Amino acid sequence: MQSARFEDLGGPHGTLNADALRADARRESFGLLALLSPGLLLVFTVIIVPIGWLFWLSLYDETGALSAANYARFFEQASYIRTFITTFKVAFFVTGACVLLGYPLAYMLSQLPRRAASICLIFVILPFWTSVLVRTYAWLVILQRKGLANSWLIDLGVISQPLPLANNFAGVIIGMTHIMLPFLVLPLYASMKTIDTDCLRAGMNLGASPAATFRQIFFPLSLPGLASGVVIVFVLCLGFFVTPALMGGGKVIMWAMRMEQTTSLYSNWGAGAALGVVLLAVTLALLGLFQWLLGARATGVWSSR
Amino acid sequence: MSAETSLPISHRQRLWLYGLGGLVLLFLIAPSVIIVIMSFSGSTLLQFPPEQWSLRWYESYFGSVEWRDATIVSVKVAVMTMIVATPLGTAAAYAINIGTLRMTGAINALLTASLIIPVILIGIGTFFLYARIGLNNTLTGLVIAHTVQALPLVVLTVLSGLRSYDMNQEKVARSLGANRFSAFRQVTMPQIRFSIVSGALFAFITSFDEVVVSLFISGGETTTLTRRMFNALRDQIDPTIAAISTCLIVLSIVLLSAAQIFGRGR
Repeated sequence: MQSARFEDLGGPHGTLNADALRADARRESFGLLALLSPGLLLVFTVIIVPIGWLFWLSLYDETGALSAANYARFFEQASYIRTFITTFKVAFFVTGACVLLGYPLAYMLSQLPRRAASICLIFVILPFWTSVLVRTYAWLVILQRKGLANSWLIDLGVISQPLPLANNFAGVIIGMTHIMLPFLVLPLYASMKTIDTDCLRAGMNLGASPAATFRQIFFPLSLPGLASGVVIVFVLCLGFFVTPALMGGGKVIMWAMRMEQTTSLYSNWGAGAALGVVLLAVTLALLGLFQWLLGARATGVWSSR
Repeated sequence: MSAETSLPISHRQRLWLYGLGGLVLLFLIAPSVIIVIMSFSGSTLLQFPPEQWSLRWYESYFGSVEWRDATIVSVKVAVMTMIVATPLGTAAAYAINIGTLRMTGAINALLTASLIIPVILIGIGTFFLYARIGLNNTLTGLVIAHTVQALPLVVLTVLSGLRSYDMNQEKVARSLGANRFSAFRQVTMPQIRFSIVSGALFAFITSFDEVVVSLFISGGETTTLTRRMFNALRDQIDPTIAAISTCLIVLSIVLLSAAQIFGRGR
């Protein structure tokens, strides 16, 4: 950087020293690359290389011949199609539930005075940093047949027979919504904070009712933040493993569980790898589409963690 | 925050919103609270609130060799991950912050890859790679895999610290004769140390709570706490897990508060 600035001075000195300065700049960027290289090398070896390897593997069938059999399977076998349908259904339901619960929460947080908001925010961030296993265990305790929810409802006389809440689709939705909710609330809240209150005040000054101000000014301005939260949650749902594996009762087979079964249980690496490749492709396509449409990165949530 | 209060809507008109938001907050926090209370229950039955109180589940956690070994493995791996990921992440963040390198987009994409790529795919891929080079069921393998997961968080945290720091100070130090490393150590690092510490804490907790990759690559002597919990939850609901969960929740609270306190020092 220093050398670049000297070059800007131009003049006879600039041309005289150009070679030395260029060598200096080169040394500088080599130094920076050397700082980056251990991290980059590690990520490359542990993530990129194996994924490339798996992709290569997915192109061969059991006999070792080059074929698309591993991919054709997805369209031919009903069990795979069922898995995809279940996965997308869960992702849609969970994303929907997160929007319904998360939007009012983020809106409230953005309207509260700073102090109150930061106290409430603790209740969002703490679960975010609590192990997924702990939270899934909690929901198992609450939702199972003899769990807390059922015994409360029976004690209150609302129901006479325990409701099937865990080990099925409903359990997976409830547990996953709890885990995904902060991923929607945090970016949404951050974007709502940037909405200029003057716009709202101007709207109300001009005679709009609070409801109309919200509908015509605040809501449209909050949409990019909402979209970024929705994309993150949806994408995370597609590849989610822990909660459906523990709360699905073996009935809700999602994409990631299918991958685990095919590789660990049946040692069918080609099929498992193909599932992984398609999952990655869908994930990247959704994130890319989002970035292209809104010109923003959907990974913003991580910096606010 | 006067701008907010000057909106012509009273808090009273907003009661419904606060009610709704409060319910969602309750939904977020209630499971953890219930587990903490249940962990002090004296019975194997799931009752809330428990009818008798005891520390039996904590005794069963600390008394069990299996749980203790798994906890030790997890702590070891998390500490080593923190020690490896923090300098690597700080160095990377420093280089990115200078901003003269070409291909910044590719570098960022690679560094944050583990946040975007589905964890299950990373788990299977790491297992596949480790099977070839004999790193499955080893501490080294776990530390490497967890470092990759923790790296982006360290980079992002340190980067946010560097963004609010004036790099010219380091240049001044260098023009006064300090070499680059001692300029960083004596001038830059003291001013971004809070972000570095926060990043290190995030690295620790990321490793300690990691489930999916550990499921694939840990086992036998190196079974992590999360892997053992996952397997235990698959079989039955053992109240010992409530005690372990409470310990994990307390750990999260402690580390988050530490990160918060250090973050404020910035």
